[in-house]
Formats: sequence, structure tokens, C-alpha cells
Amino acid sequence: MTEDKKHIILKTENLSIGYNSKTEKTLVASNINIELNKGKLIGLIGANGIGKSTLLRTLTKVQNPLKGEIFINDTALKKYSALDLAKVMSLVLTEPITSKNLSVFELVALGRQPYTNWIGNLSKEDIEITNRAISQVNINHLKDKKCFELSDGQLQNVMIARALAQDTDLIILDEPTTHLDMYHKAYILKLLQKLVKETNKTILFSSHEINLAIQLCDNLIVMTDTDVVSDAPCNLITKGTFENLFPKDLIAFDEQTGSFRVKK
Amino acid sequence: MPNTNTYRISFTILIGILLVCFFVNISLGSVPIPLKDILNSLIGSTTEHDTWQHIIQNYRLPKALTAIIVGSGLGISGLLMQTLFRNPLAGPFVLGISSGASLGVALVILGSGIFSGVLASLFISKWGVVVAASLGSFFVLLAVLAVSLKVRDTMAILIIGLMFASITAAIVSVLSYFGSAEQLQQYIFWGFGSLGNLNWKDLTILLIIYLVGILLATCSIKSLNTLLLGENYAKSLGLNIKKSRFVIIIATSLLAGAITAFTGPIAFIGLAIPHITRQVFNTSNHKVLLPAVFLFGAIVMLICDSISQLPNSDYTLPINAITSLVGAPVVIWLLVRKRKMVF
Repeated sequence: MTEDKKHIILKTENLSIGYNSKTEKTLVASNINIELNKGKLIGLIGANGIGKSTLLRTLTKVQNPLKGEIFINDTALKKYSALDLAKVMSLVLTEPITSKNLSVFELVALGRQPYTNWIGNLSKEDIEITNRAISQVNINHLKDKKCFELSDGQLQNVMIARALAQDTDLIILDEPTTHLDMYHKAYILKLLQKLVKETNKTILFSSHEINLAIQLCDNLIVMTDTDVVSDAPCNLITKGTFENLFPKDLIAFDEQTGSFRVKK
Repeated sequence: MPNTNTYRISFTILIGILLVCFFVNISLGSVPIPLKDILNSLIGSTTEHDTWQHIIQNYRLPKALTAIIVGSGLGISGLLMQTLFRNPLAGPFVLGISSGASLGVALVILGSGIFSGVLASLFISKWGVVVAASLGSFFVLLAVLAVSLKVRDTMAILIIGLMFASITAAIVSVLSYFGSAEQLQQYIFWGFGSLGNLNWKDLTILLIIYLVGILLATCSIKSLNTLLLGENYAKSLGLNIKKSRFVIIIATSLLAGAITAFTGPIAFIGLAIPHITRQVFNTSNHKVLLPAVFLFGAIVMLICDSISQLPNSDYTLPINAITSLVGAPVVIWLLVRKRKMVF
């Protein structure tokens, strides 16, 4: 079991991220060395515009790194074909899906696409895995509903089920809690925690819910102006990493409660 | 998948309607022919008059088959475009396929004054028009394809297609300004569209291109379904976006290009049939939509053609006008009744 826990799903080596156009090179962050272990819930936090999305886009091969390497299961990310990558990494994005006329079951079943034949027929196993994913996020009652009938929170659950159905070691979510109320924010993150425990998958999500992330995550990746730190939440609190997260004029981090307070 | 049985029933009914429309279409025309003789000539046995058999086998049957190919082909290419461009307003002609064809034909008919005597008459022959239309749509499409390899955003490709359409329309206007009245009439008649100009040889060529297009569309079913999630999700599911987009665009252009070349531009079908199908079947799954669009397109086209012949008269109305006159109210009615658009 201890060996299993050490199993590294994703690793970056001296990674520099940013945008490379013909005329100029925009460096967003550099020298990123992080490791994501199997069966962990990892939060990615940082201020607006610090480069969380750029990092996620780089890790998911949407854009190329400026420098450095990314390894997934000990194989360089650039060596993965799109189809191979789809079998080890699934995504939940912030963009809305194009067609909301799909039923919940159909949408979740689309997660099986990397495994189905040329016309996309679902095998018995595909249907089984789809149903399992649906019950793992407790949306059995929504199964036959159309997506346009769902609330934002319900739809987010469905998208998570779709990622589960893709059956990958790693699930990456880009700000899964935006647009949700306080209860549903907690609900979604709690659900992610439960899924990590039940399925032993690795889940990485970016979020602005620092208070919730500190309470629920096994590990946090904190992006600040100067560097990118990755550690367990309590270690980060003792190290004082959170104090440097934001400009200090409005809010301050309270070590006792592990949360941010508005300055009086 | 839910309710496979209801789909099966709907499809059986639709196939029944298609067969009925097919026979009705064949039995109507300027020369009344008894039903018994129609059936006889279809199965190859003798009829009371030899001319009847000739009319059915060489005019009405190819025309009815053309209607099926045109309706289903344009409907399916519309479906492909709407999913690819994530835009319910997209149709097979947004990529400039029809305007390219128009340009080719306009160059041949209106520009024939430039060529003299024998050469001109050669150009204006039926095959001249077909080749010109094919070449025109092919070149406009090549331009769009070249752009689509460079531009990542599908919306941009859509706009570029519309721009190409504007450019070709402008060139056609300039050409018509200098054309003679006779040439203009000929060009306008091509623009009316016609299903009745195809003999068996033409039909065979059209059918071959059509089948290749349908085959490519069928191979795209999985990627079309994946694209329902949006391009980024599709990519994360292992879909090769560029390749799928290429195959889908080629399928569309083969279908719409070949059909337009042989029958002239036929409005409305490509845009509306996918909408009618989605409203009726209430699904976005292309495994259901593709065959359903095939059936709906063929049925609507057969009905429109039957109407355009003005049964029992010698007149034939332009098919291009009938498709819009008959089809547009249906779409409006469906949208008003359901109060929302399914996409």
C-alpha cells in the first residue's frame, strides 16, 4: 500500500509555461517542479492572472511548454497521441458543452469514446462503466433528463461523471466550483474527495475556494508571483506560503483558523 | 440507449411514407398513366402503350431517384455542417459551395460571349454546365479548406465561407450586367434548379459521388457525436480534430457539390431538414439523426417535386421555389409549436 501511494502519475521537470508567438515570448511561470501521486486530491490555487489556466493548459497538452518536461506515468507528455492521452487523463472544463439536447446518460457515455469502435457503439462493459460513474456521483435520478433541464450544479456533477466514465488515472478540473453557491461548492469538492478515496484516482483541480481546498485536499499547488510551491496544506500554513498569495492591503491569512479575513 | 423501440417504429413508418411518396411521385405527371401500368413498367413487364413505359423508365423513375438523392444528400450535408460549426444557421452552402458552382456556371453561360462560335456552343452544353459547376464549387472549397487548415476557429471558417460567397456573388453580378438577355435567362433557369435533366448515365455518376459522400458521413458519426461536447472536450476524448473536420468538409462538398452541379442550387433543404428531424426525434445522437435526415430529406424532396409538376397540367414550377414555399412554413410551425429550438 505504501508503495502504491508513492506511485507518481504526473511529474514536471523545470517546467516553464507561457505563450510563444512569432514576435515575442511571454513567460508566465518558470521552474515548476511538481509531482502528483496516485490516489490524491490536489488543489491548484493562486490569484487571478497568475497562470493557473496556463499551467493546466500546458499539463493537458492544449499548449506546449516553453521549457522543461512533463511526464505522465513516466512517459513524456509529448510522446502521447491524443487517443493515448485520452485514456490516462480526462478533463472537466469551464466552457459549456455545445449541445444541451443530450440526455445525461448519453453525455456520460460519451466518456467511453476512446474505447468504442468506429461508429461509437457501447459494449456491455461500456454501459456498465457509464452506469457506475453515474451512481458514483449520485445522479441516478437524473439519468434520463436532458442537459438543458439541469441546474449548473447538477450539470457539473454530470460532467464529473463523464470524466469518471473515461476511466483515467488522472482527472483534471478547471475551476469546477465557479457559478455555484456555497453549499454546492462544498458539495462538489467533497464529492471529489470521496471519489479519490473510492477509486484511487488522482484528481487535480484549480479553484479560488482556498478555505475549502485547505480543508479537503491532500496536497496544494500554490502559485505566487515568485514561485510555485507544492505541499500538504498544513505544511504550507506553517511555512507561511498563503501570506504571499495576495497583495497585503485588503485581506490577511489567519493561521489559527486556516482562512482569509478581511482587514478591519 | 433509451427507447430503441420507439426509434424502430418511427423508422418503419418513415420508410413506409418514403415508399408511398415515391410511387405518388412517379404516378403524377403531365401524361396520366393508370396505376397498373406504372407498376408493370417498374417491374419490367409490358404496358398498354410503349410510350408510357418509355416515360416512366426514362423520365419519371430517374427524376424520382434524383429527388431522393438530392433531398437526402443536401439534408445530410446540412446536418454535418450544423454540428461541425456548432451553428443552427449553417447549411451545406455556407462554405461557398453553391456560390462557387454559380460562379462556374455564370462564367460559362454569361462569359461565353468571349468565346466564339463552336467553342461557345460546346461550353453551354449540359456537360459544360455540370463541369463548370463542379469546378467552381471545387475551387472555392479548396480555398476554404486551405484556410481551415490555418485557422483554428470554426466560426472564422464560417465567416470566411460567407465572404467567399459575397465575392462570387459580386462577380456574377458584374457578369450579368454585361450578359445578353438570352444568356441571363439561361443562367436564371439554371438557378431555378431542376431534377428532371438527368438521364441514367448522369444519374450513375451522381450516385457514385453521392455514395462516397454518404460513406464518409457514416464514418464521421462518432466524431460528430464527440463534437457535440465542443472542440476542447472532443480533443480531450482523443479525437483528431483536424482530420475529422477535413473528412466532414470533404463529405459535405462531395454531396452538396455534385448535387448542385447536376440539379442547380436547391435552397432550404440543407438548412431545414436537420431542424425538422431534430424536432421530431428530439435527439442529438447522430446514429439516429443521420438515417432520419436521409429519410426526411428524401420524403420532403419527393413531395416538393410532386407539387412542382402541377399534376395534370403541362407546367412545371421551379423546384427551388417550391422547396422554400413548402418547407419554410413547416419549420416555422415546428418552432412555434415546440417554442424552443433543439440543437
